[in-house]
Amino acid sequence: MIAESLAGKRIAITGATGFLGTALTERLLRCVPDCELVLVVRPGRRGAAQRVQRDVLRNDAFHRLRQQHDGEDPDAAAPKNSETYDEMTARRVRALAGDVGTDGLGLDDEGRALLSSCDIVIHSAATVNFDSALDDAVEVNLLGPARVAAVLDETGSGAHMIAVSTCYVAGSRRGAAPEQLVDDSPFFTDVGWRDEVDSARQARRDAEQASRRPERLEALAVQARRELGAAGIPALSEKVEGLRRRWVNDQMTAAGRARASSLGFPDAYAFTKALGERALAETRGSIPVSIVRPSIIESALAEPYPGWIRGFRMAEPVIAAYARGLLKEFPGVPEGIVDVIPVDLVVATILAVGARGPAEPGPDVTQVASGSVNPLKYGTLFDLVSGWFTEHPVYDEFNQPIPVPRWSFPGRGRVARQLHRAQRSLEAADRVLTALPLRGRHALMSATLEERRHQLERASEYVELYGAYAECEAIYQLERLMALWDSLDDSDRAEFCFDPRSVDWVHYVQQVHLPSMVEQARLKMAPGAGSGRTASRSSRLRRQVLDPQRHLAVFDLENTLIASNVVASYAWLATRDLDDLDRVRFAARTLAEAPRLLALDRRDRSDFLRYFYRRFEGASTDRLDTDCTEMLSDLILTKSFPQGIRRIREHRQAGHMTLLITGALDFVVEPLRPLFDHIVAAEMGSSDGVYDGRLLSVPPTGEARYQTLVDFAELHGLDLRESVAYADSTSDLPMMEAVGFPVAVNPETKLAALARRRGWLIEHWATSAGAPTKLLPMAPRVRAGVRRTALVGSA
Amino acid sequence: MAVQRHQRAPRPGLVLDIDRSTPPIVFHHGEGFRLERLPAGRSRVIYPAEPLPGLADPEAAIRDALLNPLDSDPLPALLRPGMKLTIAFDDISLPLPPMRRPDIRQRVIEQVLDMAAAAGVDDVHLIAALALHRRMTDDELRHALGDRVFDAFAPQGALYNHDAEDPDGMVTLGRTDHDELVTMNRRAAESDLLVYVNINLVAMDGGWKSTATGLADYWALRHHHNVHTMQHSRSFMDRPRSELHRSNWRQGEVIKANGPPIFQIETTVNNNTFGLDGPLAVLQKREWEWTARDRASFMAMQAGLKAMPGAGRRGVFGRWLAPYEMTSVQAGAVEPVHESTTANVLAQHLVPVQGQTDVLTMGLPYICPYNVNSVMNPILVMCLGLGYFFNLYRGKPLVREGGVVIMGHPTRWEFHPVHHPSYIDFFEQLLASTTDPAELESKYEEQFATDEWYVHLYRTGYAYHGVHPFYMWYWGAHALQWLGRVIIVGGDPKAVRRMGFQPASTLSDALEMASDVVGSSPTITHLHNPPILMADVE
Repeated sequence: MIAESLAGKRIAITGATGFLGTALTERLLRCVPDCELVLVVRPGRRGAAQRVQRDVLRNDAFHRLRQQHDGEDPDAAAPKNSETYDEMTARRVRALAGDVGTDGLGLDDEGRALLSSCDIVIHSAATVNFDSALDDAVEVNLLGPARVAAVLDETGSGAHMIAVSTCYVAGSRRGAAPEQLVDDSPFFTDVGWRDEVDSARQARRDAEQASRRPERLEALAVQARRELGAAGIPALSEKVEGLRRRWVNDQMTAAGRARASSLGFPDAYAFTKALGERALAETRGSIPVSIVRPSIIESALAEPYPGWIRGFRMAEPVIAAYARGLLKEFPGVPEGIVDVIPVDLVVATILAVGARGPAEPGPDVTQVASGSVNPLKYGTLFDLVSGWFTEHPVYDEFNQPIPVPRWSFPGRGRVARQLHRAQRSLEAADRVLTALPLRGRHALMSATLEERRHQLERASEYVELYGAYAECEAIYQLERLMALWDSLDDSDRAEFCFDPRSVDWVHYVQQVHLPSMVEQARLKMAPGAGSGRTASRSSRLRRQVLDPQRHLAVFDLENTLIASNVVASYAWLATRDLDDLDRVRFAARTLAEAPRLLALDRRDRSDFLRYFYRRFEGASTDRLDTDCTEMLSDLILTKSFPQGIRRIREHRQAGHMTLLITGALDFVVEPLRPLFDHIVAAEMGSSDGVYDGRLLSVPPTGEARYQTLVDFAELHGLDLRESVAYADSTSDLPMMEAVGFPVAVNPETKLAALARRRGWLIEHWATSAGAPTKLLPMAPRVRAGVRRTALVGSA
Repeated sequence: MAVQRHQRAPRPGLVLDIDRSTPPIVFHHGEGFRLERLPAGRSRVIYPAEPLPGLADPEAAIRDALLNPLDSDPLPALLRPGMKLTIAFDDISLPLPPMRRPDIRQRVIEQVLDMAAAAGVDDVHLIAALALHRRMTDDELRHALGDRVFDAFAPQGALYNHDAEDPDGMVTLGRTDHDELVTMNRRAAESDLLVYVNINLVAMDGGWKSTATGLADYWALRHHHNVHTMQHSRSFMDRPRSELHRSNWRQGEVIKANGPPIFQIETTVNNNTFGLDGPLAVLQKREWEWTARDRASFMAMQAGLKAMPGAGRRGVFGRWLAPYEMTSVQAGAVEPVHESTTANVLAQHLVPVQGQTDVLTMGLPYICPYNVNSVMNPILVMCLGLGYFFNLYRGKPLVREGGVVIMGHPTRWEFHPVHHPSYIDFFEQLLASTTDPAELESKYEEQFATDEWYVHLYRTGYAYHGVHPFYMWYWGAHALQWLGRVIIVGGDPKAVRRMGFQPASTLSDALEMASDVVGSSPTITHLHNPPILMADVE
């Protein structure tokens, strides 16, 4: 009688926020009414109690339990609960802040006492990320179980520890894999687990050091610049540091994979779990230990409800990629066995082991898998999946069903090569597109390309990571599991079923797992709504942006509101008084200078502006004011984006403050003043009615622009999280990241990719069809009245 | 200056019934043309009259009009030293297309200025009476007034554009007995004499509309530039039956009582829009009279236009200056002058037509009053077709009530961002929600009219006033109310649908679509315009 033997017990669970841990918690609360639970969770920022509330007890696994307490009980036979769900959990569940990644689990004395007082400790915490860094996996998977045992041993606890491991500790091999400790297996290559711990930690130190070498940092800086462009020094350095950390992690992942495969394990997870079992066995002291090894845990067969799953697990991303038509091939042999086990069967096994108690001398191993008694063939699984998706296709963005490919089950190498080739060609295309000065829709094309590249990258990761599992042909023996099963009475068998033979794969795959999985993966399973998905998303974002709740709308000028720049406006002003010959000379001179100006601009925008604006030295202030009014019509409006101008006005109508921040000179943008509440522009010094060509302060570009915005918001008491920023290039990234509602306008390639990834509103604004076209930004000749002195010499 | 002489008496306009032997008819189609065959047996084409002869000596005729005005003392008798004299003149919207130099305004104003100089008047201002139109550029003013006038007045700031939004520049003259506000440009209103120089291209122009509209502001214009007035002007080209004119004339009474003394000078031009020879002359000929050379030059023109990009075509047509000749000039008191002017306009334009038609077809040309040196945007297409062309009738509309208008024009989704900024928002934003003129008027007119940014662009840039696109839409309000369907042939379907009209790619498709409304073999009338004609429908 499982429920009876567990009743009244205090049971600790590590990894309660995980898939298996959540299922265990739910099952114990629902089916063992009188037990008390201690959930060991990392406190995080919110503290352990909050995490248990948010990440465990609110999971939809608890729907059924919550219904029994709070809802109108659909099950009339069940006794009416007088307690609410919250009251019941408050009484029976205690959160204990702890971390299996630290020695002593990071517990204080009170925590140690609480853990020590438990009758059963179920250790289910693990890093199951198949691509986790070697040292992370070592700390959690290898040392974790030993640390739990150590605390129990030190405190003289009499608890029965149940460590959850994995069948794959048997390694990549063919044939029977019995329920025995890893070192009892003739196929186990013995390595000292302590050495592995040391070298994993050393590998981290080495990678950290290697990542700081000048040539590495330089390469990362190049990469950051390629991704961000001229985003300003703070943004770039942040990016470089992020890339460095990622690089170190990638190194550690690779190290884990290499070490695992050198010892015959499919990946670092199985490898560290195997050594974890050894470490536990060696250091458990007097603590009785049982090891439960599930194979690949998948969605629930029946409990708490059919199809329940937490997180996007191992097979799901592969199946989703396949349904989207991305995975044209996958390695594996059709006759091979995919060893999948529904989560509720694993939960029941653990509870049965707990109810039975430890088996002497221990540690005893129980495997829960399907391969030996109810095998699901890889080919069968594929037919079930492809059959189901043929009947229930995923729809693409054009509302067309995506046909699922047939797999020919080639070797892993061939699939990897295929994917690698596709990835390489996409990468090349991406590099070319990023280098081109593209904007707007063309830039988005490159963003699409990048998205495809990411999908392919992921697909090839699956092949690399899971391919090893798909090719694994070990058969996990279930003697102890079946003996345990045989010892149960009928009511336990009904209540806590863990017999793998009871799974009907056709039903499980097609009726239980896939319907739940497509919902979880949010695959588009019906046409309609979707074709306008981007459109409706954009209009939703647009409504948000124009919501009266917003405070401030800040705009960049060049290429955001007008397709022009400071050089063009200077050229216009400078040619206003030139005769035809001098115009030609001026154009030739400016063109000759262009490459140098462009290079300077790319390096540092504010240096460029300072350098360039010196040409206004000696210009009459009155005259430029008059000319700039004329320039509004002749240059600025003809190059303007009417939709952008309308947007500014819509913001004002919605009651938002509008702000223009531009590196252009204030007298140039003066005619735009009626559009904005405030304009922050570059200001030039003047004396005696003549400009001196020097800027009064740092021109508002890049991070200076960000600072300007922050200061402005503070001065006017505006909340930047409630503000909107419009810009076209990554140099405005600091500004865009500072506000709650960034909008990328005609973004250049890098910003397009970024905006797309982050789900920002992207606007495509164009100059008016019908605007007069000018080959060169030159002013019409002034003919009336007195001839004025030219702004530039007639050289 | 070469005045073209006619070899024979000009022939009046006519109505041609189409039979199987009729050659294809030229339809204007924006910056291009289409040749269309109309169904034989039930179609007719209304041709304009040939150009009336111009005045042999325009200078002498002007001088004669100024010295022998109607109901007024001669101009020199009205001039005295120390007086404030203001000369207001019609803006870029007249004539269409702009005429070759010397422009009539230049001829008239030079003589007025000579007389003023002779009388010792030195406080003279010249104002382009553009109401809520865009400001004229220096080049355009120079073209209209000539170098001598421009160089003498512009640098001194004595030649400028009317600014209806200048907070200090307008005065209120009073209210009419219908409670209509009357406003006027301050300088004009405070002058000792206001001389108005007009060019009458169509019967709508001139009279009290010159001063009551041309020198007024939005708050005065709104009394007659509205949906109600336009729906009750049948048509606005026929002054006795035009509510638009009745309102202007009431405002004229207030000006007469409280405003400056006015010396009105009105002129008329003939129909010589495309020249009697030259590249476009073929457009003034009747198709069955085309010579082999006409046909060749038409084909060459079509081929050349086809090869050109849009902006290039616009440039070619934009450079065309009409060789208009002055057919009359009259000066003096506004009302008698305008009577005489109208008679002269109608003499050139009126073509008698028997009975209405089920389907009215028209080919819309590249130009209308509001896109000189600019772009013909979809709203202007609507205004030209359903406003101007539809209203070129006397008696009753050419098309029967519930009938169909088919207009041909490329109707591109194109706007001039400097000249028509508020049109873009009107088209892209307002028309997306409704095309009903009354709803647009009540919901959005004042918002656009008082918009700070539009006002800024009207005053400092070259933008039509924020309210102007509404007026364009109102101009078509009578037609919208009258017609069962409007189809645009060859237009951008998106732009056409945005306006609530139906796009068709060919004329026969359009006729097929019209059959839902007017049955399978409707009568069809084609308005062969321009050169301008006005149908006198019995």
